[in-house]
Amino acid sequence: MFGKMFSPEVLKPQIRELKLSIYLLNKNKLTRLSMITVILLIAFAILAPFIAPYPSHIYGIANPQDKLLPPSAKYIFGTDELGRDVFSRVLYGTRISLQTAILAVGLALLIGIPLGAIAGATGGYVDEIIMRITDIFLSFPPLLLAIAIAAFLGPNLQNAMLAIAISWWPWYTRLVRGQAVSIRERQFVKAAKAIGTPHFKIVFGHIVPNCIAPVIVQASMDLGGVILTAASLSFLGLGAQPPTPEWGLMVSTSRNYFLNAWWYSFFPGIAIFITVLAFNLLGDGLREIMDPKTRKY
Amino acid sequence: MDNYFEIKDLKVGFKTFEGIKKVLDLEFLSICKGETFGLVGESGSGKSVLALTILGLLPIPPGIIESGQILYGGEDLLKKREEEMRKIRGKKISMIFQDPMSTLNPVFTVGEQIIRVIRNNEGINRKQAEKKALEMIELVKLPDAKNILIKYPHELSGGQRQRIIIAIALSCGAEFLIADEPTRNLDVTIQAGILKLIAELKKELKVTVLFIANNLGLVSAVCNRVGILHEGRIVETGTVKEVIKDPKHPYTVTLLKAIPANREEKIDLSRILLRRENGQETGGCRYFDRCPERSGQCSKSSPSLTPVDGSHLVACFKAFERSGINEQTAS
Amino acid sequence: MKTFIAKRLLLGILVLFGVILITFTLTRVIPSDPAAQWVGPRATAEQIKAARIELGLDKPLYIQFGKYLQNLLRGNLGYSLKSHQPVLNELKTYIPATMELVLLSTIGAIFIGLPLGVMSAKRKDEWVDHICRFFSVGAVSLPTFWIGIFLQLVFYRWLGILPMGDQLSMNIKLMYNIPKITGFLTLDSLITGNFIVFKDALTHLILPGITIALYPIGLVARMTRSALLEILNEDYIRAARSYGLPERMVLWSYALKNSLGPTVTVVTLSIGYTLVNTFLVESIFSWPGIGNYVATAVISLDYPAIMGVTIFSACAYVILNLIADIIIALDPRVRI
Repeated sequence: MFGKMFSPEVLKPQIRELKLSIYLLNKNKLTRLSMITVILLIAFAILAPFIAPYPSHIYGIANPQDKLLPPSAKYIFGTDELGRDVFSRVLYGTRISLQTAILAVGLALLIGIPLGAIAGATGGYVDEIIMRITDIFLSFPPLLLAIAIAAFLGPNLQNAMLAIAISWWPWYTRLVRGQAVSIRERQFVKAAKAIGTPHFKIVFGHIVPNCIAPVIVQASMDLGGVILTAASLSFLGLGAQPPTPEWGLMVSTSRNYFLNAWWYSFFPGIAIFITVLAFNLLGDGLREIMDPKTRKY
Repeated sequence: MDNYFEIKDLKVGFKTFEGIKKVLDLEFLSICKGETFGLVGESGSGKSVLALTILGLLPIPPGIIESGQILYGGEDLLKKREEEMRKIRGKKISMIFQDPMSTLNPVFTVGEQIIRVIRNNEGINRKQAEKKALEMIELVKLPDAKNILIKYPHELSGGQRQRIIIAIALSCGAEFLIADEPTRNLDVTIQAGILKLIAELKKELKVTVLFIANNLGLVSAVCNRVGILHEGRIVETGTVKEVIKDPKHPYTVTLLKAIPANREEKIDLSRILLRRENGQETGGCRYFDRCPERSGQCSKSSPSLTPVDGSHLVACFKAFERSGINEQTAS
Repeated sequence: MKTFIAKRLLLGILVLFGVILITFTLTRVIPSDPAAQWVGPRATAEQIKAARIELGLDKPLYIQFGKYLQNLLRGNLGYSLKSHQPVLNELKTYIPATMELVLLSTIGAIFIGLPLGVMSAKRKDEWVDHICRFFSVGAVSLPTFWIGIFLQLVFYRWLGILPMGDQLSMNIKLMYNIPKITGFLTLDSLITGNFIVFKDALTHLILPGITIALYPIGLVARMTRSALLEILNEDYIRAARSYGLPERMVLWSYALKNSLGPTVTVVTLSIGYTLVNTFLVESIFSWPGIGNYVATAVISLDYPAIMGVTIFSACAYVILNLIADIIIALDPRVRI
C-alpha cells in the first residue's frame, strides 16, 4: 500500500507542481536575486561579529583620532563621529534588524494565531468580540500605533519590538480566523468533536497546526515592512538607544554630521533599503508563484 | 464554394513551462457567405481559442500562432496590424461570448455600453447613437427598450443579457458573427429563445454565422454545415445531413451516440472519458487512444482531411478504407 | 445606502473609542509619573502631590477616563507638558503645513502612481512593466527618513540648487507677512499675489514633497497594477475589444472604472500612511507641521502632545475611510 502511495504515477501531480514552481522561480530573475540577497543577509547577521574588520567598534570604543574619516582602504564605509568603523557597525546592524523583526513578528504570531483560531473555531459572540477588537486595531496605520505604544512604553529596543507586535497581530488573527472557519467544517474536526475531544484540544491540536503554514508564509513576507517600521521607530528615538549599531539610529545620529560626512548616513540607509527591498521582492515573487491564477500555465 | 471565409493550416499553441502545447492544428475550414456553420467539440478542443484567434484577440504570449492563414474576403487576418483588426472587429466580424453573466461590464449601464460601441464604430453623435441603440434593443425583441437602456447588467436576467450582447455585437453592421456557445450557461427554455433569435436575425440581417457548441444535437438544429473538432483538428466536416446521417469518423459516431435521444445501445463511457496526457505527441492519429476501430497504422501517422463524397470530408484511415480512397497522410 | 452610512459611522465611532481607550490605558501604565513631569525635575514632594490633585490623578481610573472623554468631546486635548499650552491650539497651528505635504503626495499618488500602475498592467512582463514594478517596490522599500537626508545631501550640499528645509527662506520670512487664508502657504501667497513668497515656498516644498510622495506613488502603482491585471482577464474586457473599441477606452474607462474599489481603498490607505510618514520626514526638513511637533514630543516624552496627535491622526484616518467606503458604495454593484 505504501509502495503505491509513493509510486511515480501517484506523485505525478505533485512533481509537476514542484517543477512549475522551480520554473516560475527561474523565470523571475528578480525573485532569484532577492532570494540570494536574503540568504546573504542572514549569513551576515550570523557571522557579523566574526567578519567585521573592527569588532571592538561595534558597540563602541571611541577613537577620536579617526573621527569622521571618509571611506578609504582602512575604513571602507568611513568612520563616525566617535571614530568607529561604519562598515563594522552596518554589518552588525543586519543582525539587530533581522533579530528585532523576527522576534516582533514571532510575538505578533504568538498573539495572533491563538486568537484567530479561537475566534474561527468557536464562532458566536467570542468570534464577534475578538474580530471587533481586531477591526479597531486594523483601522489605523500600524506605524502610528507602534509610535504611540513605543512612546508610552518608554524608548528602548524591547519596547519597540513589543509595540510592533501589538500593532501587527491583528493581521494574523484575521488570516488565521478565515482558515479556522474553513477547517472547522472539515471531517476530521467534526470526527474529533464527535468523540468528545475538549474544545481547547480541538483548537490547538487540530485547527492551529492546520492553518499555520499560510500564516508563516505571510509573516515571512511581512519581514520587510517590519524591518522598516523598526528602523523608523529607532530613527524617532523610540527604538534602539546608543551605542547600539541599529541602522535607523545610525541615520538619526548622522543628521548632525551628514553635510560633511555623507558616508555616515548613506551606508546605514542603503542597508535598510536593500534589506527591505530584498524581502519585499521575495515576498512579491513568492506570492506570484503561489497564486493559482499565475499558475495556470 | 466561394472564398468568403477560409482557414488554412492554422497551427496555434500555448507556451507552457513544459514546452509548447499544441491547441489548434486546423488543416482546412471554409464557411460560405450566408450560411450557418456549426463547429462542435468537447471542452478543451480549441473552439474558443479559434474564435479568439480569428478576431486577433488571442493573448500572445502565452499563445503562439505558429503558421497558417485566416482568409476573410481574400485577405489574411493574421497579417493585419492591430489597428486594421480593430476596424474589422465589431464592424465586419463580431462575437458573442459564452457567459452572458460576465460579458457585460458591470459598472456601466446597458445603454452606455451599446452607445459607446455604436459611437466608436460609426462616429455619430450621442442622440443618433441612442436612437440606434433603441432600435437594436427592439431588434433583439426585448420589451420596454427605453427602460432597459438605463439598467445595469446585474439588474437583468441571463436571457435578457444575452439578447443585449447580441444587440451590441450586431449594432455596427457586422456581417460575420462568431457565436461561442451562446446558450451554454442558460436554462433550456431560454436557450430555445436565443437560438430562434439568432436564426431570425441571421435571415433578417443576412449575416454569416460560425456557431460554436459542444453539442451536436444543438448544432444540427440551427446549422447548414458542421465541422467536428477533436483536440484541435477537424476530423469530419460536411452538411448537417451528411454528417448526422452518415458519420464517417469514429469520434463523430461516439458524439452522436452521446445525444440521449439517439442512444439505442449502451456506449462504452470509459473510452469517451479517456483523455490523452497533456502535450504527448505520438505522431499518430490524435483519437488513437479512444478509438474503437484503431489499427497499427493509426498510431504511426496522422490522417489528412479528405473528401469522401461531395462536400463530406473526413480524416480517418478506417473511413478511407471503407470508402475506397487512397491513404492521405497529414504533414 | 443610508443604513450603510450609519453603520459605517457607528463603526468609525467605535474605532475612535478604541483608540482613545488604548492611548488612555497606555498613559496610565507608563512607569514615569505625569505629575512629576508636569512640575519639572526640581519639584518638591508637596508640589508633585498638588499637581497630582490638579491633574485629577488621585481619582479612580474609570473617573479619570470619564473626565478624559468629557474633555475630548469639548475639544480639550489637555496641556502640553513642555510648553503648558493647550495641545489643541498647538495642533491647529501645525496642521496646515502637514496638510500641504499630505495633499501634495496624494496628488502625486493619483496622477503619477495610478498611470504608472495602468502602464505596468498594460505592458505586463515587458521592460516598461519591469521598470515600473522595480520603481514601485523600491519606493515602498525606501526608508523615508533616509531618502530625505539623501536628497538634502544631493540638492542642497552638493548641487546647491534647493534649500535644506523650512517653509521659507529666513530673509523672506522677515521681509513679508503672509496672511493666513487657507493656511497653506503656497496657496495663500498665490491668492495674495505675492509671487516672490510663492516661488520661495515652492522651492522649499520640492524636497519634502518628493520624499513624502515616493511611498504613496509606489503603493498606488503596485495596487493599481494588480487590480487591473485581474480585471483585464475578465470576459467583458475581451468582449469590449471584440466590438472594436480602442485600447485606450478599454483600459482607461472600462477596466479602470471596475478597479475603482481597490484604487480608492489604496489611495485612502496611502493618505493615512503619508500622515504618519510626516512624523519621520518633517523633522529632517524642519517643516513646521504636526510631524515635527510629535517628533519633538516623543523625545521630551510629552504624553498629552503624543496622545493629541495620535487621536487627531486616528480621527483623520477614520473619516477618510468613511469617505472611501461611501465612494465605493456608489458602485452600482454595491448599491442596493
